[in-house]
Amino acid sequence: MSLFTSPKALFGALALAFVISAPVHAQQKSVAITAIVEHPALDAVRDGVKEALTAAGYEEGKNLKWQYQSAQGNTGTAAQIARKFIGDKSDVIVAIATPSAQAVAAATKDIPLVYSAVTDPVAAKLVPSMAASGSNITGVSDALELDKQIELIKRVTPNAKRVGMVFNPGEANSVVVLEQLREMLPKHGMSLVDAAAPRSVDVGSAARSLIGKADVFYTSTDNNVVSAYEALVKVGMDAKIPLVAADTDSVARGAVAAYGMDYKAIGVQTGQMVVRILKGEKPGAIASETSKTLELHVNPGAAQKQGITLSDALVKDAAKVVQ
Amino acid sequence: MSLYTLLGALEIGLIFSLVALGVYISFRLLRFPDLTVDGSFPLGGAVAATMIAAGYDPFTATIAATIAGAVAGLITGWLNVSLKIMDLLASILMMIALYSINLRIMGKPNVPLITEPTVFNLLQPEGMADYVFRPLLLVFVVLAVKLLLDGFFATQSGLAIRATGSNARMARAQGVNTGLAVLAGMALSNALVGLAGALFAQTQGGADISMGVGTIVIGLAAVIVGESLLPSRKLYLATIAVILGAIVYRFFIALALNSDFIGLQAQDLNLVTAVLVTIALVVPRLRAHWSGKKGA
Repeated sequence: MSLFTSPKALFGALALAFVISAPVHAQQKSVAITAIVEHPALDAVRDGVKEALTAAGYEEGKNLKWQYQSAQGNTGTAAQIARKFIGDKSDVIVAIATPSAQAVAAATKDIPLVYSAVTDPVAAKLVPSMAASGSNITGVSDALELDKQIELIKRVTPNAKRVGMVFNPGEANSVVVLEQLREMLPKHGMSLVDAAAPRSVDVGSAARSLIGKADVFYTSTDNNVVSAYEALVKVGMDAKIPLVAADTDSVARGAVAAYGMDYKAIGVQTGQMVVRILKGEKPGAIASETSKTLELHVNPGAAQKQGITLSDALVKDAAKVVQ
Repeated sequence: MSLYTLLGALEIGLIFSLVALGVYISFRLLRFPDLTVDGSFPLGGAVAATMIAAGYDPFTATIAATIAGAVAGLITGWLNVSLKIMDLLASILMMIALYSINLRIMGKPNVPLITEPTVFNLLQPEGMADYVFRPLLLVFVVLAVKLLLDGFFATQSGLAIRATGSNARMARAQGVNTGLAVLAGMALSNALVGLAGALFAQTQGGADISMGVGTIVIGLAAVIVGESLLPSRKLYLATIAVILGAIVYRFFIALALNSDFIGLQAQDLNLVTAVLVTIALVVPRLRAHWSGKKGA
């Protein structure tokens, strides 16, 4: 007797399927993460979120339904992931990076959305200001306080007048930093020179175009630049231009110093926000945050190769000295 | 899979069916391998989002985006027809040029449209959920475009474009200005893609410089899946097939997104989609093969 000829068997199968797909636990909470692309920093954010949830007693499979999807770089897919998570009636949706967050924000005004690793959530129209939004959206920005970045540049190279920056013109986060630096540097007696690298293979040639025009290189958390950081290090060593980075991982790869954030910590901070919402707080009542944990990493060996010596005070202040 | 997910897939599929119709015109009717679409899709989004953010009426912005797409196609055609640059290369040149042009238009890599008016929320009737209304409106838009295209390709100018694609030498012998036909076909094709980009930006919360990546692949896949599901030499059936192909492709992605129960993970998404599309391409042929055997 085939399944299709017996209405009873078919009904039984359907009932079984329903039982299987029904929630295992009545108190189970669901958290869904959507990211635009897989990338070491973005993956670290995701892992941080999960760590914070586990620490708060939400365990996957027990009282937590955890979903993660990456659009693999395609915005059309990001839109569909947003629709799926909303359709699943997730308790909280976490969106990593700007396009993924906008796709969710455009599609729901009810389900709590916590963005993470968005540099300028106000310009992305996710929230009207960094204060509590009153809407369904809050989150953690990875914006750096540029005053402190400029201070670090001055401590590394006190005589530098021209700061060179290689960036991807297609990355919203990098353009924000570039424009702010262009405005702020003259107040410190310095100027900005930039070179565009629309693809990661362009990073080396963009950096070379700045030789003779820049006294020090500064890099933001630009995806293209970070993924091709070694190309930049080579130019820095050949032309004796020191490199100051915005993420601490780049120090081990050859930057002289970085006062930057740990993306895992941003993820944990985001996860703690998710926990507050799961416990009943309204996302609209929670103010947006920036990273709380910044660390100074230095690399005296790289400094020597790039033609400078780091001051003892700077090395002493560092949380980590890469040898 | 929830109704919301299904309607979301339908909505995005309908938007991409405009891309697929554009690709059908260039690749199939004109036989012009046109990669411009990877640039004209975000171009449409950029023009629409920037104009709406600047306070223009969304309908004007959408029409302007469509015209911008047409101009992009026209330039690709001109590079090929007048400057004698090989068709594929001409379209690649236009595609990479559009990356910079799109950045210029937007002034930054991302223009959000979350609180702004769009053609969708302006037309949405009271008491109807947005996730139901958007696909509904798109059904009308896509059907209207399909009927207009069917009508146009039956006129003398439309037939001239089709003749140019099937046999340019013969078309010239019949007095068709094939250069003009290529320009018109490319403009029409990319106008549809620009329109799709404008609608996509208005449903997805804004335009982003990265939104064009892989548009041509999705468009071609939709055309081929559609032709495989509903093979026909008649144009009015072929356009239906292409639209169906685009929607089916999106349903495959929705299915792949829901495949976690068989142990598949996020990073397997593109692979699952590729496998599903392959099945869609092979099954009709197998069916023909089997029924052929039965008859013999």
